[in-house]
Formats: sequence, C-alpha cells, structure tokens
Amino acid sequence: MAIIIDDKTRVVVQGATGKQGSFHLKQMLAYGSNVVAGTSASKAGQSVEGVPVYDNVFAAAEAEQPNASIIFIPAQGAKAAAFEAIEAGIKTVVIITEHIPVHDAMEIMALAEIKGATIIGPNTFGIISPGKCKMGIMPNSIYLPGKTGIVARSGTLSYEIVYNLTAAGMGQSTVVGLGGDRVPGLSFIDLLQRFEADPETENVVLVGEIGGNAEEEAAEYIKTMRKPVVAFLAGKSAPPGKRMGHAGAIIERGKGTFESKVKALAAAGAKVASLPWEVPELLSGGSV
Amino acid sequence: MKLFEFMAKELFSQYGIPVPRGKVVKSPEEAAAASREIGAVVVKSQILSGGRGKAGGIKFADTPQEAADMAQSILGTDLKGFVVDTLLVEEKIKIDQELYLAITIDKANRSPILISSASGGMDIEELSEDKLVKRNIDVGIGLQPYLARELARKLGLTGGVAQQASEIMVKLYKLFREKDAELVEINPLVVSGDTVLAADGKINIDDEALYRVGDSVPHTEERTELEQKAAALGISYVQLDGDIAVMANGAGITMATLDILQYYGGRPANFMDAGGGAGVEPTAKALEILLASNPKAILVNIFGGITRCDDVAKAFAQVKQTRGIDVPMVIRLVGTNQEEGVRILKENGIDSYRTIKEAVEKVVEITGTKAVE
Repeated sequence: MAIIIDDKTRVVVQGATGKQGSFHLKQMLAYGSNVVAGTSASKAGQSVEGVPVYDNVFAAAEAEQPNASIIFIPAQGAKAAAFEAIEAGIKTVVIITEHIPVHDAMEIMALAEIKGATIIGPNTFGIISPGKCKMGIMPNSIYLPGKTGIVARSGTLSYEIVYNLTAAGMGQSTVVGLGGDRVPGLSFIDLLQRFEADPETENVVLVGEIGGNAEEEAAEYIKTMRKPVVAFLAGKSAPPGKRMGHAGAIIERGKGTFESKVKALAAAGAKVASLPWEVPELLSGGSV
Repeated sequence: MKLFEFMAKELFSQYGIPVPRGKVVKSPEEAAAASREIGAVVVKSQILSGGRGKAGGIKFADTPQEAADMAQSILGTDLKGFVVDTLLVEEKIKIDQELYLAITIDKANRSPILISSASGGMDIEELSEDKLVKRNIDVGIGLQPYLARELARKLGLTGGVAQQASEIMVKLYKLFREKDAELVEINPLVVSGDTVLAADGKINIDDEALYRVGDSVPHTEERTELEQKAAALGISYVQLDGDIAVMANGAGITMATLDILQYYGGRPANFMDAGGGAGVEPTAKALEILLASNPKAILVNIFGGITRCDDVAKAFAQVKQTRGIDVPMVIRLVGTNQEEGVRILKENGIDSYRTIKEAVEKVVEITGTKAVE
C-alpha cells in the first residue's frame, strides 16, 4: 500500500515532447513508473523513449487507459491542460507547472471537485511512492521504500528531509508535494488523513514553511491522529513582509509566523525539528 | 502587484462603482487648484500601504490655501517606509455609515470569498466574526445579483442603499475576475445621504497574470533595483543585511538554508531562490548578481530535481573562467546528474560538499563568524 499512486498507476505525460516533459518522462521511466502515453498538440504519432504520443488526453485515454496525468505545459496553457485531463476522466492530476495565475488555479479546483478528480499542485515537485511509482521531477536516487509518509509544501526542502531519512535507513511510503502556489489542490489535512488511514504508513513528516495558516490548521487534525508526526518548518530567519520566492512564503500582519506554527504543532503533539537532520532521530522516538 | 488608491479608484470608475470626485496631484500648487475646483477636500498620500490615516498621511482642508499647506506637510515625508510623492485630493463627503467590502482568495476553500461588514472603516482583522458577512463564490457561477441582494440584506441594508450596495458587489466581483485580482477592497464603502460610494480602495493584481491583464491595469513597483534585475531573470531575490551571499533552488530550501546559516552564527546577505530548472545561462547570471553585492563569501545549496547539477556546475565554471570569482565559494551539490556536476566543479578547482551541514560549517569558518554552539 501507499497513498494516491502505486504500481497500478498508469501515467500519461501532458507536454511529453517539450524540454522538461521529455527529460522527466525519461527519468520517470528509469525509476520504473508505468508511463503509458504522452500528449503533444503538434507531435502526435511520434514516441518519446518508446512511449507513444497522442494528440490529447482523450486520444491517450482511448488507446492506453491511463489513470493519472502529469502536466508539463507552460503556465499560459496549463488550465486548459488540466481541464482536458479532468474531462477525459483522469482522477489524479499532477500539475508541475509554476506561475499559473491564481484565478486559473481556482477554476481548475472547481472543475476537479465537480468531476471528483484529485489535483496535486500546481507548482509541485509531484508525488512518489518509492519502489512503485514516481510522478514528478524529484531526483530518483534519494528515495527508499518504507513506512514514513511525507507531506511537504516545498520540493527541494522535502528532498533534503528524504535524503536524511534515507541516509538513516528510514524508507518512505509516499512523499507528496502540495505545491507552493496560493491555491493548491490538496491540503496538509487531506494528506494527513490519507496517511493515517494507510496501513503501510507508520509515521508522518510534515514539511512546512512560514506564511498562510495551513500548518496551524494541520495542527488541529494532528491532535486526533494515532500516528506520530514530526514537523520541520522553514523561514525562521525570514524578515516579515518580504515575499520569499513563492506566494506561500510570506508573513503578513503577524500571521503565519514561524513561532505561531511551531507553537500550534507542538501543542498538537507533533515533534518539531530545528534542523533537517534531526528528523530521523525524532521519528525513531528520540529527542534532540 | 499592489495598486495605489487612485489607480484602484480609476478601475472602480471603469466598472461603474461610484467614487468621490478627485484629482491626482504632485505639488502644493496643484493641490490648491484641485481644491478651488472641488471645494472642501481630503488630501490623501498615495503609498502602497494601509494605515495612512494613523501615520498622518490623510488630512482635511476647507480652503485651497489649507489644501496647499496640507500637501506641503505630507509631500516628501516618509510614511511606513515610502516617500510620498503623489497625493489624491478628493471631495470631502458626508459619512452616514461606513461599510466594508472585499473580495479575495480563500485558500482553504480554493475559491473567491466576499467579505463584508456593516462596521467598516477599520482594519478587518479587528472586527469580530459576528460582525462579518462572508460568502464563498463558485467561480463557475459567479456572484449573481440575487446573491448580492441577499448579502446586502444580511448586512442590514434596506431600500436604495441595499440596491446600490448589491450592484457594487456584482461590479466589484466582475473587476476581481476580469483583472486577475488577488484582492479588491473598499474600506470604507460609504453611505452618504442616499448614495453609496467607495471612499478608499485597495487592489492587488496577480503578478502571474500580468501577461494577460498587464495592458489594462496601471503599474507600480516596490522592489529595489537589484531585486528587479533578478526578477527579470526569473529569480526571486531579496536583500538582507548580512555578509554571506546565498543561492539555493526552491523557496523552501532557500529559507531553510538561511535558517541553518543563522543557526551556525552566519549572517545571510540575501535570499536567492534561483528557481527550479534554471539552465546554465540563468544560473551564471544569478551568480553574477550575488558577486555584484560584494559578499565576504558565497554559499550555494543545490538539491537538483528539475534543476540539473551539471547545468549548475557548468554555470559556475563559466563565470569563473570569464569574469573570475574573487570570494570564497562553498557549494553543496546533490541530486539529478550529481556525479557530472561534481566532476565539472572539480576540474575547475571548486570543491563541493554532500551535506548542507558541512557546507554551512565551512562557510562560517571561512568568514570567521563564530558559531553559536
């Protein structure tokens, strides 16, 4: 078991012939993901790394029966790409694209809700169930199959945490990136609930950052969880009012500060690591 | 992108939302002239921040001379970190009631939310929940007039005032959607006799949508020159006050790198998120921006996912060969195409580390900052 994707996942890559799309299609294949189709508006009939390329997701769905899509289409076309995947019946849509206008993101989420699709992203590194399936842009080498579920707002920071876990011999059940944008498809709570219900996941790491109140909301749910949660948060040293890289990482009007998040998570029973390499120790029940 | 009040009001006017008569001025003489035309006025500093009234940036004047004096006293002053160079001189309106009306993005519900109150005029954060009327709006359906009328009823409005307020809600929602706004706010929305009008306005436009609405909205700029230069390259760069320049890829890891550096006693000179998937040229330009800020040392933390370690290494080698790198550089490089990246760096005489802990310890040692522990 794992959450959302596993060895039965059949992946279609939207934007399969572009620079990023083709590179990561190859990486996903190398990881062992079952990539069954790609799409390209102008290069249908070709193949990328032996994977057939279709006009659109409808055609790919008819021919290859994918059940998950990953989108590498530039921001201006990303809404249409997500709509297309959802309308073609795909139930898991991973949107790697960054810089999508927030109004487009809201429209994507509204359609996904009507059609019962799960959106991961936008502006996410993707999702991986180590040893089973990878849909994303994360490096192949750092993951180890295992029992820790990880949910992160930020990609590279999750790699850092995974790197430390794997080095300590602690594998992962599924690692999910919520995405750094203002309107993500899934929340921390959505993922914590799935990890809590997943028999293969024994404990969970939440990787958060300053800004917004997603971590504070997650803390409310963590109070009710059976499984232990360890948190790591970025942004302790960030000055208030400055936008740090993406929309999520900004403190405004005293809300979403590092301190308020640490306080809420600790009060909910989560252990909060001060440094990334403390996470494995805290997961194994130790303290630092 | 935040808009000035006068710009927000221009957009309100375009959408048929009534605003007080006013003139944008830049000198006491122009303020006096505006007052001669309008009568009793309020002189309002135009800065990209709220709380102007409390900071002394809003003053009343009954005569042209007073308007000139007030303008004189505000122009050139520093308000909340902004130097005032523009004023809005507006007719003084009789205020019978102040309402609050805003539409913004509700992240938790992933949809627009209309927030309103019959107790406007102050910061919305200070209002208790029971004084707020909130309603999420389905982007597929939009804010329909029947819903706006219901919201006006919930606010306790009646008759012509309710009618006008609900029409303003519908127009404001249209503006919010058509201009890709993150926030549209009218505070206060004033009931003056039998008319309702926007006495103040705030609009934030989504930066990511400027490609499609940029031509139809006015522009403002809050960033420093170096920050703008970085933004043009697709790099997020924020100046800080330390002496160790930092580059990483991804907002989260960049923040964590600053945190770790500070934990070990180092002082970051900046936040630089070189972005995911930056190729050789953008990475080289990013490094040049760091060098231009004259740091004592440079700390690079790259965890390659969409970013390829060999591209990063090539960029550093290129900068070293073409312009030279005259400060110590400490690099942590792991992830996609890592072996190739480490090899290229080595060929160019640049050492790299596998963990951020080692890299941070090294850069703190080089710069002679004393560690906390």
